[in-house]
Amino acid sequence: MRFMLLFSRQGKLRLQKWYTATAERDKKKMVRELMQTVLARKPKMCSFLEWRDLKIVYKRYASLYFCCAIEEQDNELITLEIIHRFVELLDKYFGSVCELDIIFNFEKAYFILDEFLMGGEIQDTSKKSVLKAIEQADLLQEEDESPRSVLEEMGLA
Amino acid sequence: MPAVSKGDGMRGLAVFISDIRNCKSKESEVKRINKELANIRSKFKGDKALDGYSKKKYVCKLLFIFLLGHDIDFGHMEAVNLLSSNKYTEKQIGYLFISVLVNSNSDLIRLINNAIKNDLASRNSTFMNLALHCIANVGSREMAEAFASEIPRILVAGDTMDSVKQSAALCLLRLNRTSPDLVPMGEWTARVVHLLNDQHLGVVTAATSLITTLAQKSPDDFKTSVSLAVARLSRIVTSASIDLQDYTYYFVAAPWLSVKLLRLLQCYPPPEDTSLRSRLTECLETILNKAQEPPKSKKVQHSNAKNAVLFEAIALIIHHDSEPNLLVRACNQLGQFLQHRETNLRYLALESMCTLASSEFSHEAVKTHIETVINALKTERDVSVRQRAVDLLYAMCDRSNSKQIVAEMLSYLETADYSIREEIVLKVAILAEKYAVDYTWYVDTILNLIRIAGDYVSEEVWYRVIQIVINRDDVQGYAAKTVFEALQAPACHENLVKVGGYILGEFGNLIAGDPRSSPLVQFNLLHSKFHLCSVPTRALLLSAYIKFINLFPEVKGTIQDVLRSDSQLRNADVELQQRAVEYLRLSCIASTDILATVLEEMPPFPERESSILAKLKKKKGSSKLPDMDDSRKNVNGSTEHAEDAEVASKSLPSRYSAPLLFFSVPQPPQFLLEELISTDRPHPSSSATMLPTRTMVPSHTFTDDLSVNSAPSSGASLLVDVFSDFSSAAPTEGSDEHFPRFVCKNNGIIYENQLLQIGLKSEYRQNLGRMYVFYGNKTSTQFLSFSTSVSSNNVLGPQLNVQEKPVDPLIEAGAQVQQILNIECVSDFSDAPILNIQFRYGGTLQNIAVKLPVMLNKFFQPTEMTSQDFFQRWKQLGAPQQEVQKIFKAKNQMDTDVSKAKLLGFGVALLDGVDPNPANFVGAGIIHTKTTQVGCLLRLEPNTQAQMYRLTLRTSKESVSQRLVELLSEQF
Repeated sequence: MRFMLLFSRQGKLRLQKWYTATAERDKKKMVRELMQTVLARKPKMCSFLEWRDLKIVYKRYASLYFCCAIEEQDNELITLEIIHRFVELLDKYFGSVCELDIIFNFEKAYFILDEFLMGGEIQDTSKKSVLKAIEQADLLQEEDESPRSVLEEMGLA
Repeated sequence: MPAVSKGDGMRGLAVFISDIRNCKSKESEVKRINKELANIRSKFKGDKALDGYSKKKYVCKLLFIFLLGHDIDFGHMEAVNLLSSNKYTEKQIGYLFISVLVNSNSDLIRLINNAIKNDLASRNSTFMNLALHCIANVGSREMAEAFASEIPRILVAGDTMDSVKQSAALCLLRLNRTSPDLVPMGEWTARVVHLLNDQHLGVVTAATSLITTLAQKSPDDFKTSVSLAVARLSRIVTSASIDLQDYTYYFVAAPWLSVKLLRLLQCYPPPEDTSLRSRLTECLETILNKAQEPPKSKKVQHSNAKNAVLFEAIALIIHHDSEPNLLVRACNQLGQFLQHRETNLRYLALESMCTLASSEFSHEAVKTHIETVINALKTERDVSVRQRAVDLLYAMCDRSNSKQIVAEMLSYLETADYSIREEIVLKVAILAEKYAVDYTWYVDTILNLIRIAGDYVSEEVWYRVIQIVINRDDVQGYAAKTVFEALQAPACHENLVKVGGYILGEFGNLIAGDPRSSPLVQFNLLHSKFHLCSVPTRALLLSAYIKFINLFPEVKGTIQDVLRSDSQLRNADVELQQRAVEYLRLSCIASTDILATVLEEMPPFPERESSILAKLKKKKGSSKLPDMDDSRKNVNGSTEHAEDAEVASKSLPSRYSAPLLFFSVPQPPQFLLEELISTDRPHPSSSATMLPTRTMVPSHTFTDDLSVNSAPSSGASLLVDVFSDFSSAAPTEGSDEHFPRFVCKNNGIIYENQLLQIGLKSEYRQNLGRMYVFYGNKTSTQFLSFSTSVSSNNVLGPQLNVQEKPVDPLIEAGAQVQQILNIECVSDFSDAPILNIQFRYGGTLQNIAVKLPVMLNKFFQPTEMTSQDFFQRWKQLGAPQQEVQKIFKAKNQMDTDVSKAKLLGFGVALLDGVDPNPANFVGAGIIHTKTTQVGCLLRLEPNTQAQMYRLTLRTSKESVSQRLVELLSEQF
């Protein structure tokens, strides 16, 4: 996989993960171009399209589009299920995930994606293994943190 | 602000994100961000040392701002500091920041690498994983340099945790992709292969990805993975779906791993070991069988996962291309998908069938789905699916269905999406050319293309149609007629004007007999488009006009008026102006013969790869295009595509290497004028000595032609008795007077009387030749019942084959028709074939016989050799009967350059520095006949004092030596 993008129906990019080195300028251009292309497509259309020298696999979940760019010899259907499994992981972690969860906890979304995919290849397909890894990390985090007052958090204290 | 289920540590961050979301405008967002950046900057710069938590929070805010699309130019150092925190979440955010905002700052990279090194050595699996993720995410060359040798060690160490193994495998894969030269192969490779046997399916999955990437680079090192992969795959496909527990996905056993294993197997040919091979075949059959079973779930995830494995299995079957049974089953399965209600499956089936179409075993099976595919083209609502249907039609096209497919593509083109029009145009153009049995169909198809999608017809396409029309004389008349008709349309595309202008300029004479397309009508039609066209097209039309002046003297005045008009002669465009000025001048000062030579028909183009195909390849990327040049083997073993290519090239023996199009590289018209000027002046040498007109310089063919015409022709005596028997016509007196002049050249006027002029243009390659004979009617009356035949005497008959193409039975007044003769030299010969011409002029039957200048030396191939070689061979050919020598008196002035040109024209290579006397000439060549090749060596010694020459020929065959001396000695 070359990259994965999550964007909203309004064309707001929510998450981007690049698995090959790409210059910032090119990234922005590609994101813009691809969002336009995908958002212009009608609901019943097929989930695959050719774009530049890549194959695009996308699927819409509620207000969010999940969009993967894969290479010529990669399998489209299994990529579609990579997207689905990622959604399942988010759902399991956040409990009925919505776009706001990903906005406010973007770093968590990145951590989950990293546990699931690495270098553009699937690391573990077992939902349990991935979630176990993430939950372990959360446990570590909760142990670390002592509660703080809201005022302190907001930098007013 | 939504409640966050877990780990909601950073309320300040949530507040900030919330603020940003509440911003009503871009400006207020920027304002809020700038405020935050200022705040963070002051915190980082402040005297008070920040605790880990605050650092984490601010770094995370910076990350958020960056991901919103704003530039971040600070905070890197704080992020690097977080890496060395021993608190997990701080480290985690640090790593995230680093992997998103990669910075090439070398100081920083050194610090980052240091932190990674520490984490890798920590033996804490969570920290190790974070470090490995960071390496994979950044994947830079510096990282590869620092860790490429360390990671394999972690991967194969016995005590490494499974999750770390997975990360290490994928990390290595990433480094191998970015810097393959830095990933060392070594003893670890064998151990990596054995990870395919690992208990943990997550480890196997990650290892399979890595091995596939490595095997693509060095297949031999990973050959042993084939048997392990087959064994693993076999266990998965035969397992009950519950066996694999969490690796079962919607009732499908380990779909990801299956796909990856099948992908790995595509790096190798089918296994040679028979038991392994049959085990693999069994697996593939099981997968195909499962596709027919009723689904275990109605969820789309179930069918997607199952079909993902199925499509990958089909990809492997196609890759192996060795089991006809499996290929046909795969094709049938895909055929079912073609009508599936899921758009995704129809798309993939079309895509997959494209590759099946190129297999000899399944090509026929794919063809049976043609109607479904055509239907898809018409009814699919999604352009990307229609695109796949076009690709498949292109891939399944062969001679049997080409007309149907091209017709369907053309009709689709009328409504096709703009995004894919150009590609369809290219495909139609290629198929039409490739499968044209009848070139009139080809011409119709291309003109249709221009009509329907003129804007998408690239230069390559219309260049190509012209190349083909020029090279195939059987279609020229039709093409002229068709473009003439197409140009009648009130609005026609500029590309049609280009093609029309070019073709009528070359072949308009072929339809000029019909009063509806008389020269003037043709000209007016073309010129009516002139003012609507762009400069390059106008330039092309001007060239067509000057060609008209040559073809049709009767419109000369009209065209000269056009050229003379201010809009041409004073055109602001320098190219147009130059053409107008020069063409006008050319038409005024040149005689008809000069015009005929300067503006003669374009020679055939050399065959080469179709430029359209090259363009399509470039457009699509060659991997995506079923390679049309690859010979697709028929069942009977012949290669259809190779044949096609041969047919095309066989019919075009050509020595010419003309530019793609005569004005695509603007040919400087002044060149033509220079040539002309030199013909207007007497040649210096000939004027000085008042030589007879026969003394010609071969390189100046125009001079030749001029003097041919100025020499009083004895043709008047050729008016033979009306009732004379045609078949007994013998070479008439005077009809071979020009014959010797063709010994050293191939083009010119061979015959002329008051009625008829016959011009020749010939080309030879090896033992084959082609002669273009031009019959010009000099009168103002038609020639009727025009016919020709070539006869040879009994001796010559078996030595030389001459085959004549049909010639138009009617030659209009002032018109010229062309006839092609194909010549094959079977063995060496001395006589010449006779061209007999018969026609009716004003009620009288005319018979003319002309000796055709086909001589043995035409089949020379020049041979370069060193002086040592030359003398060695000269000695070898020392037998008395091999050498023929003649001493003769010079008939013309003895000029070194003239002699040189003649010898070159004769066909031999001139060898410099072989003869010790620089005044002498030495040459070598090979005469090609169908039966043998005869090597020839030649020496010509001029003696200027005595005005004599001595010519010596040595060849391996006496008759050849004899004949060559006869031919050449007459030339000096």
